[in-house]
Formats: sequence, C-alpha cells, structure tokens
Amino acid sequence: MSAGIHPLANAIAALARGISGVRVRWAGCQPEVKQRIYFANHTSHLDFVVLWSALPGEVRARTRPVAAKDYWEKGIKAYLALNVFRAVMVRRGGIAQAGSEVAAIAEARATIDQLAEAMGETESLIIFPEGTRGTGEAIAPFRSGIYYLAKRRPEVELVPVYIENLNRILPKGEVIPVPLVCLLTFGAPMHIGDAEDKASFLERASAAMHALRRKGHLQAWVR
Amino acid sequence: MGSLSDQLWQVVTARGIIHVKDPQLAWLFCGVLGALILASGIGKILQHNAKSDAARSTIDNLNARTRAWWKMCAIFALTMLIGGIGTLVLFALLSLLAMREYITLMSTRRGDHRTLLWSFFIITPLQYYLIAIRWYGLFAIMIPAFAFLFIPARIAVTGDTEHFLERAAKIQFGIMICLYCLSYAPALLLLRIPGFENNSARLLFYLVLVTQMSDVFKYIWGKLLGRHKIVPRVSPNKTWEGFFGGVLTATALGAALWWVTPFTPIVAAGMSLVIALLGAAGGLVMSAIKRDAGVKDFGATIEGHGGILDRIDSLCFAAPIFFHLVRYYFVP
Repeated sequence: MSAGIHPLANAIAALARGISGVRVRWAGCQPEVKQRIYFANHTSHLDFVVLWSALPGEVRARTRPVAAKDYWEKGIKAYLALNVFRAVMVRRGGIAQAGSEVAAIAEARATIDQLAEAMGETESLIIFPEGTRGTGEAIAPFRSGIYYLAKRRPEVELVPVYIENLNRILPKGEVIPVPLVCLLTFGAPMHIGDAEDKASFLERASAAMHALRRKGHLQAWVR
Repeated sequence: MGSLSDQLWQVVTARGIIHVKDPQLAWLFCGVLGALILASGIGKILQHNAKSDAARSTIDNLNARTRAWWKMCAIFALTMLIGGIGTLVLFALLSLLAMREYITLMSTRRGDHRTLLWSFFIITPLQYYLIAIRWYGLFAIMIPAFAFLFIPARIAVTGDTEHFLERAAKIQFGIMICLYCLSYAPALLLLRIPGFENNSARLLFYLVLVTQMSDVFKYIWGKLLGRHKIVPRVSPNKTWEGFFGGVLTATALGAALWWVTPFTPIVAAGMSLVIALLGAAGGLVMSAIKRDAGVKDFGATIEGHGGILDRIDSLCFAAPIFFHLVRYYFVP
C-alpha cells in the first residue's frame, strides 16, 4: 500500500507549479491510477518535482522518483528525497565505479531488483534514462537501466514525457529559478517486445521522446 | 517586514494616494457593474438563439470573455479599494506575469539566466517601489537609462556572445513594454493636479476603462460589421470596421465620462481618442510579435482572452502617452 503524501511534498509541488507555470498536455494517454514508468528528459533540478506535481493527487500518491544515491544521500537533500518524496535511491553504475565488468553487472542487477521491489504491485516510478542532467539542447543517449527494468516488468506501461523549457527556468548550476512557463507532454504508453533486444528497445524509447520533442513546442500550448 | 510595510503605508496614506471614499469612483464602479450584467444577459439571449455551430462557438467564446471580465473587474475593484498599495501590487504582478509570457517565447540562452533574475526580482519591484515612494525623477529614467545599459553589460560578463545583441534587445524590449510602459498606469497616482489632488485614482480608472472598452468595442464592431482586414498577415481578426467603430465609440465613452476627470468634455474626447489609437497600435505590435513567434496568444491564463499580455497590450501603449499628456498639460 502507498503511504500518504507528505504535506511538505504537496507544498513544494504547489510552489514548483507556481514558479514553472507548468502546462500539461496528455498527448498519448490520460492520467490514470495504474502502474506506470514515466521516463523523461532531464535538464533541471525541478524536473522531478514539476512532473510529479503535474499528476493528479491520487496518481501522485502512488508515484515515486528514482534518484541518484551519490547526489541525494546527504543532509537535507536526503531528507527531502527519502522522507518527503519517497524517492528510490539507486547507485549510478558503470564499470568505472564498480571496479570490474562483473561487479558492474551484479550491481546493475541489484539496482533493477531494488526498483522492481519498490514498485511492488501499486507504485509507479519516474525515471530519467539519460542518467544525468543535460543542457536541454539535445537528448543524451539512454542508459540501459530502462531496458532491464522494462524486461523485469514487461506488463507495466512505459510513458514517455518530454519536459520543455524547464532548463531555462532553472538550468544546471543555478540556484534561483526564473519564473517562465514550461510544458510537459505525456506521450503514448509503450511496452517492450517479447524478443526485443537492448539496442532496438533503447532506440525506440529514445525515438518516442524525440517525437514528443518535435511536437512539443510551447507554441502549441493554447487549445 | 512589518515596520517597513507600515512605513510604506504611512507614506502612501499621508501623501494622499489613498482614495477609498470617492463617490464618483463609486458611480464608475456601478456603471461597470451594470455593463457586466448587461453583457451577461445579452450573452444568455444570444446563446439561446444561436443556430449554427460556428455561431455557437463564437457565442461560447463571447460568454467566456464576459465571465473573465467579471473576475478581472472584481480583482481590479478590490485592489482599488485597498488603495495605492493594492494597485501597485496588482500592476507589479501584471508586469511579472506579462514578462513571463513574453520571455517564454523569446529564445534566451543559458547566459541570460542571471540577467533575467535581475529583471524579474530586482528591477520590477524597484520600479513599483519608486512609485510608492513618489520618486518621479528616478521612476522615469531607471529603466530607459540604467536598466537599458545594465542588461547588455550583465550578459557580456557571462562571456556568451552568440546572438548577443538579439538577446539583449529582446530582454530590453520586454522590460520596456511589460514593466516600464505598464508602470505608467499606476504612476498616474503620483500626479498632483490643482483642484484634483486626491482624485488621481480616477485617472487610473479612466485610463483602464477607456483602453479596455476600446478593445471591447473594436471586438464588437469587428464581429458585427468587420469586412476589410487591416493587416491580414499580422492579425486576421483586426478589421477597419472594428477599428473605426471601436475608436469612435471609445472616444464617445471617454467624452461622456469627462466629469470624473479634470478635463473638459472636448479634452476628454481628445484624450480618449489618443488612448484608443494607441491601444490599437499596441494590439497590432504585440500581434506582430506573436505571429513572428508562431503563436496565437501569449498564454491561456484568462479564459477566452488568451494570456495576460494579450489583455494588457493596449494599456502598455496607452499608459505612458496618457501620463505624459496629463502631466504636461495639467500638472504645473
């Protein structure tokens, strides 16, 4: 069962909505209380909060962010991530961190186990498959985590989300946001194919996000 | 905080910006209320009689606009009742919201972030603070002289030279229109006209009423008789019939309301003509910016109208000229 929403989380979400003037476009699906994995492009610290705040209350209560442990594990950040937003903390992998390829694979497996467990039967996740924040000018290649997660839970809908303009509101390296308007576009849910390999799945997921980016554009926000 | 706002409040009340008890303002409010009731009634009748789908969607939009007018008038009336501070806070917020809509459509870059922070959080409050403390001299030059020079300098410091002049100019233009020009409307409260000392709030009401009604009249005449488009490439909805009908009707309305102003009926007509013409210019210029950016409206904040900037574009153009006309001819 999901815990209730932390009051601070709702307050922060309301603030984020005000600052980002977020407009939401459900272009391929409707908000529903069902298990989903939202995957979005990542350009700003506000990405998760704004995406989360754009979901209706009952969906929000069952949606958890996935956060990088190395970044979010200390002090007030840890409190916000763990207690307020119920983030699932994962280690950012790679051979460099783990020491050897074998260790890296074992670690990645453990991460996927951890995510699958965090989802249980009811929770949705918000993930940023690029792995780190970009400048917003291009979408970086996806890391493979989203593929292994999709493999583990093939029945769960994967929903692409393109976040436009939030990188201008709070770019990487800045602390105070400029209150412009941003646009979230939720695309059509996708599933992994039975025999789909990693490369083609990542290609397809990335293409879905690029398609949203092309039709994104704040120009189309009105009506 | 408390003491600062108390001080500010004392400054404002002591200098006569406050104007809660003004019978003529009360009459104006009653007039607006009557017009709103009338508009809602007509909307209901039209909705009842609409036959085709096209007519129905036009009437729906009309009724949405009327509903939004009720809300806008309520907010404006409330801030007028609170007094000078309420009015200043309202216009400061309008400036921020308008600037948000405008900058969102402009292609600013990463290097502009700090400059934008200055524009939103320092320059905007400062401009309205200067009105609150009645420092006219600095109010009039802070943006065209100081902010104008500060913006490109602040961007240059970041070292990002790509489209440098374009970025600086776009921010400068946004601040000029959304902040500087708009702030001239509440700056009317600064004017001390002999024999009209405590009534400058009426001038603000008069300006806002004539500007907004000229937009409404242009819309109505355009819908009723509009045939010949003025500049179809800029705005498909602006017609010569709407323009002439709107300007003339607004001028007549402004002349009929001469009794709330320090003007004679003839002068009131002249002032209203200027306001209506500038309002049309403002609508046209802001439409051109929208076409260039590829959007229909600046936003969707106000039901049926579009964004905040869509609603106040005419006011941004009319306010500074009206202010200086009044100041030149009526303030000794």
